[in-house]
Amino acid sequence: MAKLILLLLKLCILFFAVHAVFEDQVGKFDWRQQYVGKVRFSHFDTQLQSSKKVLVATESNVFAALNSRTGELFWRHVDKTGPEGNIDALLHHAQDAVLVVGNGRMLRSWDINVGGLNWEMLLDTGSFQSACLVGQQGTVKHVAVLKKTVISVHYLSNGHQKWVENLPESETVDYQTVYSGGNGQVFVLGIVPHSHITIVVYSMEDGEIIKQVSVEVSWLSNIPASCAVVGQGMLMCVDSTTMSLNTLDLHQQLQMTQIPLQSLGLEVDPDFHPSLVSHQPNPAQKPLSEFFLQLGPERYLLLQLNNGQIVTLRDFKPALLASFATTGEKTVAAVMSPKNKTACSINLFSADTGRRLLDTTLIFTVDPSGGKPERLHVQAFLKKDDSVGYRVMVQTEDHALTFIQQPGRVMWTREEALSDVVTMEMVDLPLTGTQAELEGEFGKKAAISLDGLLSMVLKRLSSQLIMLQAWIAHLWKLFYDARKPRSQVKNEVSIENLSRDEFNLQKMMVMVTSSGKLFGIDSKTGGILWKHYLDNVPKNAAFKLMVQRTTAHFPHPPQCTLLIKDKDTGLATLHVFNPIFGRKSQVTPPALPQPILQSLLLPFMDQDYAKVLLLVDDQYKVSAFPSTKNVLQQLQEMASSIFFFLVDSSQGRLSGYRLRTDLSTEQVWEVVVPTEVQKIVTVKGKRPNEHVHSQGRVMGDRSVLYKYLNPNLLAVVTESTDVHQERSFIGILLIDGVTGRIIHEAVQRKARGPVHVVHSENWVVYEYWSTKSRRNEFSVIELYEGMELYNSTVFSSLDRPHAPQVLQQSYIFPSSISTMEATLTEKGITSRHLLIGLPSGGILSLPKMFLDPRRPEIISEQSREENLIPYAPELIIRTEWFINYNQTVGRVRGIHTAPSGLESTCLVVAYGLDIYQTRVYPSKQFDVLKDDYDYMLISSVLFALFFATMISKRLAEVKLLNRAWR
Amino acid sequence: MAPLLPFNVAVISIVLLLTCANLVSCNNGRRVGDPLEAELSGFSVPLEHSFELDDVAKFQSRGSLLLKTGREPSVSLTQNQLSEDDRSKLKEVAAVDGLYRIRVPRVFLQADRQTEWQMDGYLTAFVRACAMVESHLSDVITLHTDVSGYLIGVSIVTLPGACRGAEVEDEVDLEVFNTTLSIMAPVNAPGPETALFLERMEQESEKKGKNPQEQKSFFAKYWYLILGGAIFLMLTNSAQPPAGGGR
Repeated sequence: MAKLILLLLKLCILFFAVHAVFEDQVGKFDWRQQYVGKVRFSHFDTQLQSSKKVLVATESNVFAALNSRTGELFWRHVDKTGPEGNIDALLHHAQDAVLVVGNGRMLRSWDINVGGLNWEMLLDTGSFQSACLVGQQGTVKHVAVLKKTVISVHYLSNGHQKWVENLPESETVDYQTVYSGGNGQVFVLGIVPHSHITIVVYSMEDGEIIKQVSVEVSWLSNIPASCAVVGQGMLMCVDSTTMSLNTLDLHQQLQMTQIPLQSLGLEVDPDFHPSLVSHQPNPAQKPLSEFFLQLGPERYLLLQLNNGQIVTLRDFKPALLASFATTGEKTVAAVMSPKNKTACSINLFSADTGRRLLDTTLIFTVDPSGGKPERLHVQAFLKKDDSVGYRVMVQTEDHALTFIQQPGRVMWTREEALSDVVTMEMVDLPLTGTQAELEGEFGKKAAISLDGLLSMVLKRLSSQLIMLQAWIAHLWKLFYDARKPRSQVKNEVSIENLSRDEFNLQKMMVMVTSSGKLFGIDSKTGGILWKHYLDNVPKNAAFKLMVQRTTAHFPHPPQCTLLIKDKDTGLATLHVFNPIFGRKSQVTPPALPQPILQSLLLPFMDQDYAKVLLLVDDQYKVSAFPSTKNVLQQLQEMASSIFFFLVDSSQGRLSGYRLRTDLSTEQVWEVVVPTEVQKIVTVKGKRPNEHVHSQGRVMGDRSVLYKYLNPNLLAVVTESTDVHQERSFIGILLIDGVTGRIIHEAVQRKARGPVHVVHSENWVVYEYWSTKSRRNEFSVIELYEGMELYNSTVFSSLDRPHAPQVLQQSYIFPSSISTMEATLTEKGITSRHLLIGLPSGGILSLPKMFLDPRRPEIISEQSREENLIPYAPELIIRTEWFINYNQTVGRVRGIHTAPSGLESTCLVVAYGLDIYQTRVYPSKQFDVLKDDYDYMLISSVLFALFFATMISKRLAEVKLLNRAWR
Repeated sequence: MAPLLPFNVAVISIVLLLTCANLVSCNNGRRVGDPLEAELSGFSVPLEHSFELDDVAKFQSRGSLLLKTGREPSVSLTQNQLSEDDRSKLKEVAAVDGLYRIRVPRVFLQADRQTEWQMDGYLTAFVRACAMVESHLSDVITLHTDVSGYLIGVSIVTLPGACRGAEVEDEVDLEVFNTTLSIMAPVNAPGPETALFLERMEQESEKKGKNPQEQKSFFAKYWYLILGGAIFLMLTNSAQPPAGGGR
């Protein structure tokens, strides 16, 4: 222990001060946004009229309570990812919310007021089918969970099992639904497809089977999809083949009665599967005898079952969505119908009569940059005059939630698409109007010769006039704001007043989400400045976002291109847009009829300063975008120096191609890693916008060890197919992407993935799981050319005959990691840090200095001269290295780093379930004066010195004069 | 601080670890088909090359690689001379900055029988033809295997590697290949060095144990300071005027 402390102390003394935030800096440079994901279940808390809670359970396995006034989170519980944490059902009664989690593995009850766990029960194995609350004599005390072969009933108060029964004939019968009407009986409905329905009635008291009946039904196969229980235990099913409603009394179980829809004067849209929506306001009572029948994508009917007769209460056409809501004794039906292209109107109808309630119209404005409404969640409440008021939460296709109050005021919007960010870029903001004006004047050099002297003078005068105008406006605003109290002055960032700040610290974050919605977010405040929903994105799309033109080329707008590729077919589309305003660009992207294998952004530009994007299709033909004559000419000239590589991990094949002048390609190298032994999991190149300031490292003896800075180097990580812990391994291949030359090949034995890799400068850092020692380990590979450079002016992969020296060292890391990225700065002078996202939600900023294969095991004079830290096998996590202090980032999946205008500062965005943005200063703020820098003291000292010199000079003169007289 | 240890092996040893390749240099200009192939636990595979004016690969035999399988695979090479036509073609290809490609079949070096080694497909690599010409056909070919002995890649570089546009006057320079051939297996990446670290820590603590100065307890070391402080405190306390019942 003492040794460890001593070592720690030594480290502390030897190396730099702490990089933590001070308390008053919290939230100054960073922000966090928390999300829940796409909502699957939602319930409004109806205990109290004044309750503000909306309970949501989402497809991201999150259970949360939202504040219905502001849209903020009251509390949130994040479960495991994947099927293990999948929320199967959410039942809500009074102040308890019961969740069935992980395909019926867990039953949990939460207190919704504080979000605390009441109890948790591990259920028997078996795949989950259905769950419901069971009431008796007006009170709800139990919850029934139906599984494939077994039904169990639990107490709501403590989760203990009341009884559990095996279902009869569960091998043949597919039990699908459980229902209780509040009369002490639990109905389990099962089906033998195309034969009969089985109804088993259990007694609530002891789980005894009261009755077991089969009813012949030949057409039914899925009860939840086509049936609903209505009124006094009537099972209502809709048959889409015979176009009829079928009713079955669950208490008498005689026979299904068929009522053709035509006898009701109804017709179903062709190719539409009609469905039923019923409503059970209280689990201790029977469901309503009114129900919705959806007959087409835009048609709903409110029907009533009255003594076995079906009465049409109201026909809603057109209607997009319909939903029931209950408050007190009253139940209402809310129906959303399209009004015009941009708006929908929602109206309330009395559920018993179908009459429209007065003054209940609510206008929902459909965001043109959003998706269509998908679900309607209605919160009804009784007003003082006993009439029904309501608010709605509309869920749209783009996973957004919008909460609306009458008569259409949007109270809040949550963009839940941001809980699944796939890729992002940070784009510089444009210059202000005046700056741009100046830029425009001097930017167009070609115009000078044409316009002549006079017009240039006029232009200059006009631009200076504009600048003067802007300055006066600025002064006026300052003066105006000064009169207002300080708290009222807000610096609202809107898309109009966006402009680059002095140090380019504020940028536009362009985020692409898996739902196909794009966002433009201001990096300073986190405000969403624009959004755009792409509605034709396939479910399993892969995205690649590229900045083709930055904001630096003023008259031309910046341009981003998003490549959307269907993973199954390989077919791709391009979406070209302006990253500052989010608008789709006028440039028409080329149609891509062939599957795309690879895309690469070339470093040269067309005459409009847009970088050229090359797309390689499955015929190995290359198409360019933009494909103007100028570009094609440039491509022809440079073809012989354009190389690209393809990776086919299913065959373990890495192949290199060279472009030909006719835009076809030729294969120039091939490396094949046999898939029987290992499979390629990751291929990582270097970031194209990375700068390396120093070519080498100064050694202790003042010689220089030059870095091997190959911009074409690829780090290929493989994992063994053999997963036995003694024989599994991880392979690291460093391959030159141009020549296919294997620069280095190493295996980490007794190791297993997942492997996280960072590749930058002359080093590769990877993290893996050591199966031998059962711990996470980091390894670093550094490449050096040696004591002299082969060719110091330019690097060419074709002309580097000598293999670099390879140094490697490994360390123990005390935590598993979720993701990893390296900091990036403008000129690469600042030392590098690794940003590591931990599963705990922390983001660790680990100095690269600790991952240095030259750390000596035995300290020598030279290593001390070089400032190398003595080797210690364990990397220690120091709490002040967490850049996000207590702002944990849920399920961090990626970290994006971008340089700012200040060399010392790197902008960091971590995304996962949450989004967190901050700045890091890997070498501290060496180029910024501190906030508390004492300008007064410095200037007063300066002035004092100045006057002192003046006075002393005068005095000296006088003295000299006196001496001369003497 | 601990005294310095006079040696600094760590870095060098790592470098040494990485040079575990078996270098074989050969330039015997022997014809293919010599009765060498039937040697025990070894087999030969063709090494082919292609250099065409239109850059469409047409591979022709350049020589044959004799691979010795086993625990430590080794390789040797017999190769043909370039014919008159080939020499002039190579120079022409170099003039238009064409490519000189080589390929070897994918083989498995651990196989016992000759039928087993061959897999489908080839591994290819290239250099610029002008580099080949200007280096007078002196090239370095490296074969890379994976852990289990499959050949996964081949690389070729010339020495010197640059194309300076120097004319090769003498045809004889382009007749014989001067090839350095090696076969590289993956190196074992080091794990964390806990044993050495612990040893060093122990040594340090031992050294401290020998030094009696270090072993003294806190009080033994700083008794004079504590005593001085105590006296100082006592003095200041007694020097204060008696309280005298407050203000």
